[in-house]
Amino acid sequence: MSPLSGFFALAVQTYPGSGNAPLFPPSASTISGEVDALYWFLIGVSVFFSALICALVIGFSVRFRRRPGVHATPIEGSMALELLWTVVPLGIAMVIFIWGAKVYFRTVKVPSNAMQIDITGKQWMWKAQHPTGQREINDLHVPVGVPIKLRMISEDVIHSYFIPAFRIKRDVVPGRYSSAWFEATEPGEYHLFCAEYCGTKHSQMIGRVYALDPVEYQRWLSGTVAGETPKQAGEKLFASLRCDTCHNAQSGARGPDLAGLWGSEVELRSGGSVRFDADYVRESILNPAAKIVKGYEPLMPSYSGQVSEEQMLALIAYLESLSAPQGAKDRP
Amino acid sequence: MTAPSASTAPSFAPRDNYLTADYSWRSWLLTVDHKRIGILYLLSVTGFFFLGGLFAVLLRLELATPQGDLVQAETYNKLFTMHGLVMIFFFLVPSIPGVLGNFFVPIMIGAKDMAFPRLNLLSWYVYMIGGLVSFLAIITGGVDTGWTFYAPYSSTYANSNVALTAVGVFITGFSSILTGLNIIVTVHKMRAPGMTWFRMPLFVWAHYATSVIMVLGTPVLAITILLLALERLFHIGIFDPKLGGDPVLFQHLFWFYSHPAVYIMILPAMGVISELVAAFSRKRIFGYSFVAFSSLAIAVLGFLVWGHHMFLSGQSVYAGVVFSVLSFLVAIPSAVKVFNWSATLYKGSVQLSTPMMYVIGFLGLFTIGGLTGLFLACLGLDVHVHDTYFVVAHFHYIMVGGAVMAFLGGIHYWWPKMFGKMYPEGLGKVSAVVIFIGFNLTFFPQFLLGYLGMPRRYHAYPEEFGVLNVLSSAGASILGIGYLLPMAYLLWSLRYGAEAEQNPWGAKGLEWEKAPTPPPTFNFDATPVVTQEAYAYADDLPPEESRTQARLV
Repeated sequence: MSPLSGFFALAVQTYPGSGNAPLFPPSASTISGEVDALYWFLIGVSVFFSALICALVIGFSVRFRRRPGVHATPIEGSMALELLWTVVPLGIAMVIFIWGAKVYFRTVKVPSNAMQIDITGKQWMWKAQHPTGQREINDLHVPVGVPIKLRMISEDVIHSYFIPAFRIKRDVVPGRYSSAWFEATEPGEYHLFCAEYCGTKHSQMIGRVYALDPVEYQRWLSGTVAGETPKQAGEKLFASLRCDTCHNAQSGARGPDLAGLWGSEVELRSGGSVRFDADYVRESILNPAAKIVKGYEPLMPSYSGQVSEEQMLALIAYLESLSAPQGAKDRP
Repeated sequence: MTAPSASTAPSFAPRDNYLTADYSWRSWLLTVDHKRIGILYLLSVTGFFFLGGLFAVLLRLELATPQGDLVQAETYNKLFTMHGLVMIFFFLVPSIPGVLGNFFVPIMIGAKDMAFPRLNLLSWYVYMIGGLVSFLAIITGGVDTGWTFYAPYSSTYANSNVALTAVGVFITGFSSILTGLNIIVTVHKMRAPGMTWFRMPLFVWAHYATSVIMVLGTPVLAITILLLALERLFHIGIFDPKLGGDPVLFQHLFWFYSHPAVYIMILPAMGVISELVAAFSRKRIFGYSFVAFSSLAIAVLGFLVWGHHMFLSGQSVYAGVVFSVLSFLVAIPSAVKVFNWSATLYKGSVQLSTPMMYVIGFLGLFTIGGLTGLFLACLGLDVHVHDTYFVVAHFHYIMVGGAVMAFLGGIHYWWPKMFGKMYPEGLGKVSAVVIFIGFNLTFFPQFLLGYLGMPRRYHAYPEEFGVLNVLSSAGASILGIGYLLPMAYLLWSLRYGAEAEQNPWGAKGLEWEKAPTPPPTFNFDATPVVTQEAYAYADDLPPEESRTQARLV
């Protein structure tokens, strides 16, 4: 990085009791190696240009230091040099841009076989629910070798879910779902941080991520009270909130039948269409009049204040399961 | 309009200057002299700098140990918020334009004053009122939202003095707008005969570009703060989803001003560096027009990159890609400047006086700051380093390593002109070195901490980050001493310093060649007529050497 980093490495090694003072984070996911490669490339570029500028500035300052009787030579400039130091940095910048965008697309595109874990953030804790119904607070247990998708929402302010060892981070925003995914490669215990400032105990909104061998993960699952799966909880809520009074398959029903809609484009009464996904379902429960499906009247009352974020995630899991090919979403 | 005309100018005794023209309080507080207003700004930004520095000292003391043991979490959050607010809105934004810009832009273009002298004084009063309102908010409980005021935390959840602080920042924004307007009009309408656009010093170009950003960007900040206040005080849903608002909208509005604001802080610093490099290598700036136009390119492109603060906030992936590529583009004009400054030293007559020591410090630190900006503009890497200490380190390399180094370099360079006194050169060099070492020790470990994953704005942190934090805190104590030194010897020099000559550096420019030291109230004894370009050092050479004047390499 610079001559300085050598000094810091030395200082860290000689600091008393610094057995546990790493200079580099553990690398424990499929993406972390790619991010690190990008990082080292950029460090290389930075060292090169820093050294170049240092050498030029110090070299010229010494070589052309003021001496009696010696005058500066007037030089206007040079178009060739200007072009050189515009085009070369631009070329390097574009390489970094394209490489960075490629890595970013990998972090954004969730593999289709990912296992989904629901995350809700609130001041100041992280709540997680596994597809099999287990819940945990601030901790997250995941199997290695399985892509994990996090579907996340905040109950209050903006938070950010950050696992340095996996090189992933995503803001957790109130009022809309965000997602992130990773696949752990190394079993171990890692930091979980909230990275977006969220108030007084922001620095205590932390936890541990346990990447477990799949067998260990199964053992952890079976050793924990499973409770209802999100789908089962959602199915019960769907009945207890009386959603099925209107949303059913009978002809003349007051609301659209929701089976089979998940992931499809739905035509709207006002023209246009909307994708039937988690954000649309959430909006329609809280503010039903916003986007009415074509052929229906705006009759549905708002359930704002009656459904918590976790219940909302359960309802969404249930609706998702209504459209899933048999078996695909019922993985243990 | 209100520019004093020659007929109203009082006649001077030979030794009269702007400092000795009148000693009364009234003559300072009601002055319309751009130089006196510059001094008023110097006093106020110095006060705010040490206030913000005091907050920084407390932050680094707390972070010297992993546990949150010195202050409560709530207090810590207020400290970093107020450190950011004070340093950005009340020190960095007004520092170079308010002090050096005010004092030297009119002199450098051969004008008697700013185009609107009374508006200029109003700018300072508006700034002070905004500063006092924010200071009132600080002493009556403080604010804990971070200087970024992210909603809905700031609009709904925070229990601190958000509204009052926001009012202070809102008011101060108008000061920026007025200063920007004044500089733009001054540069257009007040240039002396012969002072064509391409004869202007690059310091003036940089201030012109800065002023354009101030005038176009600051109103958006005012609107954002107004919307925030409406939601906080009257529960009108704009940003909080519970009220039907959109929290990401706040970030778009906030960064639409606050990213260009970074260029408001760094462009004037670049202007200072151009002047100093030319003066201490006795040469025209290499590629003058490239350096001039790169300022304008930064001003324009700077408005198109705000979304790079939001790669993870939920804006669309494709928006992220566009903002990323534009962010790489805005890095190029800065690189062009650094290369041109370095090339200026080639075959120069380089003198490592105190201001030049700051320039060399600036070039090193700004280069590292700029290069680490590429890490953050790079989408795949930003996912990991966003909101960590890596960002804190990058930002301080630009703002402290860049803007503050340039400010101090400029203060030393123009101090003899402003006050007619020389400071002790040896102490000046020592303090420049102390600041450089202290700065690197403070902020370089933070890059490593950031990549390790330490999030910013953490009151307590895991044990394993302890060593690097101790190094950083140790560095901060050295840096603190480095800043107190110039404060002490510059004040000392006002009374005991040697008398300065009109042009102690042998530099080019109207402020050195034509204006007496210190300048009289209307700057020049007679309106200067400009016949040469800026940095015409070649004109002083013996004839056989000056023949190569227009040489291109």
